[in-house]
Formats: sequence, C-alpha cells, structure tokens
Amino acid sequence: MDFLTIIQVLDSTVRLATPLLLACLAGLFSERAGIFDIGLEGKMLMSAFFSAAVAAVTGSVWLGLLAGIAASLVLAGLHGLASITFRGNQLISGVAINFLAAGMTVLIAQDWFQQGGRTPSLIGGGRFGPIDWPLSETLAGVPVVGPVYSELLSGHSILVYIAFLAVPATWWVLFRTRFGLRLRAVGENPAAVDTAGVSVVGLRYAAVMICGVLCGIAGAYLATALQAGFVKDMTAGRGFIALAALIFAKWRPWHAMWACLLFGLLQAIALRFQNIDLGGVVIPVQVMDALPYVLTVVILAGFVGKAIPPRAGGEPYVKER
Amino acid sequence: MTVPAIELKGISKAFGPVQANKDISISVAPGTIHGIIGENGAGKSTLMSILYGFYKADKGEIWINGKKTEIPDSQAAIAAGIGMVFQHFKLVQNFTVLENIILGAEDGGLLKPSLAKARKTLAELAAEYELNVNPDAVIEEIGVGQQQRVEILKALYRQAEILILDEPTGVLTPAEADQLFRILHRLKDEGKTIILITHKLREIMEATDTVSVMRRGEMTATVKTAETSPEHLAELMVGRKVLLRVDKVPAQPGKPILEIENLRVVDDKGVERVKGIDLTVRAGEILGIAGVAGNGQSELLEVLGGMRPGSGAIRLNGAPLPLSGPGSDARARRAAHVAHVPEDRQREGLIMEFHAWENVAFGYHHDPAYQSGIFMNNAALRADTDRKIEKFDVRPADGWLAAKNFSGGNQQKIVVAREIERSPDLLLVGQPTRGVDIGAIEFIHKQIVALRDQGKAVLLVSVELEEIFGLADRIAVMFDGHIMGERLPHETNEKELGLLMAGVNGEAA
Repeated sequence: MDFLTIIQVLDSTVRLATPLLLACLAGLFSERAGIFDIGLEGKMLMSAFFSAAVAAVTGSVWLGLLAGIAASLVLAGLHGLASITFRGNQLISGVAINFLAAGMTVLIAQDWFQQGGRTPSLIGGGRFGPIDWPLSETLAGVPVVGPVYSELLSGHSILVYIAFLAVPATWWVLFRTRFGLRLRAVGENPAAVDTAGVSVVGLRYAAVMICGVLCGIAGAYLATALQAGFVKDMTAGRGFIALAALIFAKWRPWHAMWACLLFGLLQAIALRFQNIDLGGVVIPVQVMDALPYVLTVVILAGFVGKAIPPRAGGEPYVKER
Repeated sequence: MTVPAIELKGISKAFGPVQANKDISISVAPGTIHGIIGENGAGKSTLMSILYGFYKADKGEIWINGKKTEIPDSQAAIAAGIGMVFQHFKLVQNFTVLENIILGAEDGGLLKPSLAKARKTLAELAAEYELNVNPDAVIEEIGVGQQQRVEILKALYRQAEILILDEPTGVLTPAEADQLFRILHRLKDEGKTIILITHKLREIMEATDTVSVMRRGEMTATVKTAETSPEHLAELMVGRKVLLRVDKVPAQPGKPILEIENLRVVDDKGVERVKGIDLTVRAGEILGIAGVAGNGQSELLEVLGGMRPGSGAIRLNGAPLPLSGPGSDARARRAAHVAHVPEDRQREGLIMEFHAWENVAFGYHHDPAYQSGIFMNNAALRADTDRKIEKFDVRPADGWLAAKNFSGGNQQKIVVAREIERSPDLLLVGQPTRGVDIGAIEFIHKQIVALRDQGKAVLLVSVELEEIFGLADRIAVMFDGHIMGERLPHETNEKELGLLMAGVNGEAA
C-alpha cells in the first residue's frame, strides 16, 4: 500500500465521517440535556430528501440546505413535543420519527418527481462543491506535506469544515458558557435546574432544536455533497452508528470526533478494498461493508468499558413534591 | 411590632380531591427560627413548595417583609430573598461545588468570570458562617453533611434572607445535626429568618423560637417553643394523646435464636459493605442496630432476609442457614420462620399497583391455605386480609384498594401484619417507622414489642436513635461495615452512640 493510497483512504474517511460527526454532535446536545434521541436517522433522512428536492427544483444548494434544516427541525420539534411537553417515551417517539421519515421521503419523492422515490440528480449549483485551499495546486508536488495538504485537508465541501469546526465549538459551548453549564445540569439533575429558577422545558427544547439543526446539516451533506441527490434510505443506519459513536465517546465532543473518524475509516476501507486477498483467503466485500455495523454492535454491547450516560437521560421531568 | 419576614394569609391548595392545605395563615418574625412540625402528609412540604413557587396556591396571599408578593416560580422566590434546602438535595452529582453554586445565578454568558466571583464570595461566606467546603470538590465525592452545606451556600450566594430547610437532619449523624444547628443559629444571629420543617420533636425543642403545628392540611397551633413541651406538640400533631415512650417490661432473653459469625457482604458494585461482623439475637429480645444510613445495615438485613448472598456463617436455632446458593433465597428464609419487614416498603415490601389482599400474600403465596388445587384461593386470601386489616386497624379498611392508595403508615401496617402474623422465630425489621405518622408508629412499636414478649427474636435496624432507644433491649452500632460496639440502652446515651456512629470508638479515645 503506497502513501498516496493511504492519503486517499484518509481523505475518504474524512468525507464519510462528516455526516456521522454532525449527527453525533446533534445527539450529544440532545442527550446531554437528558433527551435520548434515536430519531437522528429519521431527521437526517428527512433533511436529505428536502435539501435535495429543493436544490433540484431551485438549483440553489443553499436553499436546499435551509429546507433540509427546516425539515429536520420540524421532526425535532415533534420529538420535543412528545418527550418534553407531553412527557412521552423518548424511545418510542424516536422510533416513530424514523418510520415517519422513511415512509414520507419516498412517498413525497415519488409524488413530486416520479423517479421511483428518488430526486433528480443534482448538478452545478445544486451541489456543494469542493473548496480548494490556496496554493493546493502548487504544493501538491511537495513530498508528504503536499498530498496531506492538497488531498487530505483541501478540497472538501464547506459542510465538512463546518462539521469539524463544530467539535471545538461544541466543547466550548458545553464547558465554557452558562448555556452549556445549564444544559449539562439539566441532563444530570433537572430538579437542580428547576429549583435554581431556570426553565427545564426551555433548556431541553433548545437542546433538541440544536440537535435538529445539526441533523439537518448532516442530511443535507449526504444528499447534496457526498452524493448528488436523494435515494431511498440513503442514511443507511448512519444515525444509529452516530449514536454508537456517542456512547463510545462517552458524550464528549473531542472523543466523538475520534469515534466518528474510526467509523468513517472502516467505511472508507470497505469502499476502497472491495475484496481483500489474504494469501488465498479472500475476505468478501460484504464482510468489509458490515464492519462498521459489527463495531456498532460490539460497542453497544459494552465492550468499551463503562459508559455512564447523563443521569436524567430518557426521563421526562416531573416536579416532585 | 416588627414587620413579619413572611406572612401567609389563608393559603389553600388541593390536589384533586385531596385538600393538602386548608386556609393556612402564619406569620414569621424576622431573625427567628420558626419550626413547622406535623406528620407526613400533613401538608408542610406543600406549604413550603407554594412559598418557593413550585406550586401555585388555589387561594391566599403571600406577604414578604410587609409587601404582597406573587411567587409564580422559583425564580420569583429567589428574587424575593427566599432560599430552600430540600430534603433530597437538588445538586448535580458530577459538578463541582462551585459549579453547583453558580448554576442559575451566573453573571453573564461565560463561565470563567462567574466562577471566579463565586470562589471569592464563597470564601467570604465560609469565613462569615463557618460554612467550609472545598469549592473544587465534586459533589458525589463529598459526604451528605457537606452536600447540605453546599445547598445552604447556594441559597446564601443568591442573597437569601429567608432560608427554608425541609427535614434537614434525616441524613445526618447526630454530630452533623448539631453542627447544622450551630450554623442555623449563626445565620439567625446575622439576621436571617429560618423556617425549619421537621417531624422530629427533639429538633423543634432544641432549635426553634416559635413552632407551628400542622395536621391534615390545617395549621392547628402556633406557640412559643419555650412555652410548650414535646408531649403537648405530639398531641397537637396527632389530635389525641400519644405515648411517646414505648411501654414495655424488661426483656427476658432466652436461648440464642440467630447467631452471626464473621459475616461479610459485597454490594452490587463489588464494594464490601459488611466487613466481618459477629452478632447474636436471643429469644425474647430486640437487638437494635444503630447507625447512619449507608454503613452496611441495609446489606446486613438483605443477606439475612435472603435477598443477597454473603459469606461467613449464620445459625438459626442452632442450625446453619446457607448464605449463598440453594436454600439461601428469601423463600427459604421464610420457610425457616424468618420474617422480614424491609427498609423500603414501597420497593421491597409491597407492589404499589396491586390490591392490599394481593400484597398480603406476597412471600407466603405458596401457603397451602391460599391454594385451591393449581389455583390461588383468592377468597381465602381476601378473608385473611380482612382479618389482618381489622386487627391492625388499617385504614381505609378496604382490601381491594391498591397499596399506593394507603398512607405511609397504613402501608407499613399491611407489611407488618403480613410478617408478624406468621409468628416468626426471628423478625427482621428495617426502618419500621420511616415516613409513618406518630399514631401508626405507636401501634407498630407495640406490635414489635408484643412479638418479643411471645419469646421471639427481633433484629431492628433504624437510623432514628429515638426509636432504637425506645425499642431495643440491646444496641449494636454499625459503622463502615463493622460493629463499633454493643451497649445496653440504660447504660449509654445519645452522645456516646453518636460518636460510635461516626466511627469514633470510645474505648480507644
């Protein structure tokens, strides 16, 4: 395996980790506030469809992005309504959102575009294009540093950079601001927040909405940057992998990034090396494709040490006497 | 006449059909400690929750420092200078002391300046009121006494002039409680007004200037503490004369019923909670285990009751009982005539959603008397329940009611009736009167003593020293999984036991 191949695999890792990372940070905000969200998948899917649909119709990827975020926010609001206002079961609400998104996207896509539940392929301004960093052409020839700079760092779409900048931003918000302190507190002990005179409901809605925005960006990235258009079930379990990464990361932003990069790497390897020949024994592509999911199961089964979720997670807050 | 710090006028609050507060008026003078005493469910906590903005009163007015004040939420209460220390602390376990203190009272969007300011203020408060805590300690790593200080500091940091404490001593050792009262007096001397809610007569008598008594949602009296007596207050609380002391003849201990040798118990987290103890309980005596909650008493009861494995040896009537493996479960213990009134009746003693008559069968549902072929003989069971309900004066006397619909005292009567009526050789009792009203306490205590007088052995675990003194014929003090010492009730006092409970061995000191 030569150096260039490694760089290419890593480059593809970054691109594949991006939607995971956005969804993972989305889940981080929600779960840190005590709202479990297994509807990341559904929100991404809904956003993927609406961003692609609007981008296809208007030709503007930015309008597409906004539409995707809006669609994801609607579902986030639904989740908030069910689990915060009506104190319903957060898992059931999440499952319902996933089903809703899986069905609605295909149904509407068929009704609008008659292309078998997909959107037309996006071209030109309908997609997020790569951003080439200054001098990337010039530096490409320099050994080692060149490829790293021009292949690995440069040439991604704006959403990739947003996703990775969201990591320090999330860390800063959580651990350096008043909002973050309250957000973490409401996920650990909402009664403490309530008796301190701060609205539990307000904080939790804020967290769920941030989750909606980030899922929206993740979905739009899938349909308008990674791919060129929406196809049925295109999230392919990424929402759940993001949840696994979140647990793996023990709800911490930087760890979330490394966890998502690991999952991205597995996906990139599966994509690059379809059949691995180990001197006679050929590992079929299906095994490689299954790897991220296998790792998810392993992580969720608790092989990575004890992950303590936010203590008030999953429980609706009811004032006690 | 000074303007009252707090004046409540005609406060009423109903939860559905239950009138929690009925037309309550009370006036608290500034710079005093005002006690509110009443049984569980008398409406004390509801009243204070209204004052702290947790509930909105159906009727009535709140006046703070002579000004009519609306308190729709906790924010308004804090703004009005009211701070509350809840019975169950409202702290974020994995935050530091400092973070807990600024939560909700930050000065701006960024944390750094808030934390710095809080650190400085905290040092000043610590010096002023002797409220010392390490600002960087994480809550889950400090003791409950310290956590309570953090709650008090939280209120003071928000410049509270009125401090409400709801059952503050429930989790404290006697020494910690004394320290708390010293702090409260200090606060009072600085001009703060303090409302102390408790069901413990002793604390009212020791700490307060004035006391108000609540009964069934009504304020029955407000008296100067100096002009009243515990007996009088108890009568006001219950509405009839109550025997505060348990009436009993000296014990006639017989042969050993339960012998414990080098018993060790490990909890679910793998921490050893009982660290090799030896105890003997004889026929016709009550052995009281005193100690602050969480020193291994619960695990001791659980292992004896067959709810948890242990190691070492126990013998019942001279015959060894297995501590793990087959024959060590709760059913086997019951078959061996060991009855168990568990510490947490709502979790381990009853199924709250089930009818009283179903609850009466639990643990004894294999009894042939309750069987009819392969079916349960529910009619027999219900008849048995009706007998028990009558004998133990359970109210309402309705076996079809779900356990959750009985008051704490009546729930406990159901559990006690189920266990005692089997006439066990050994009765294990954990916190028999926690959350139980005075009237029912008296009744339950009588039943336990009656069992002893029949020549049965009783092992009593209680965190209430008063209860231990009242019931036990012999007292063993547990600390950190060890028995610190055994004393006879008439040869010791609360101070000595308090030291043992804190792990200080009198002989060594």
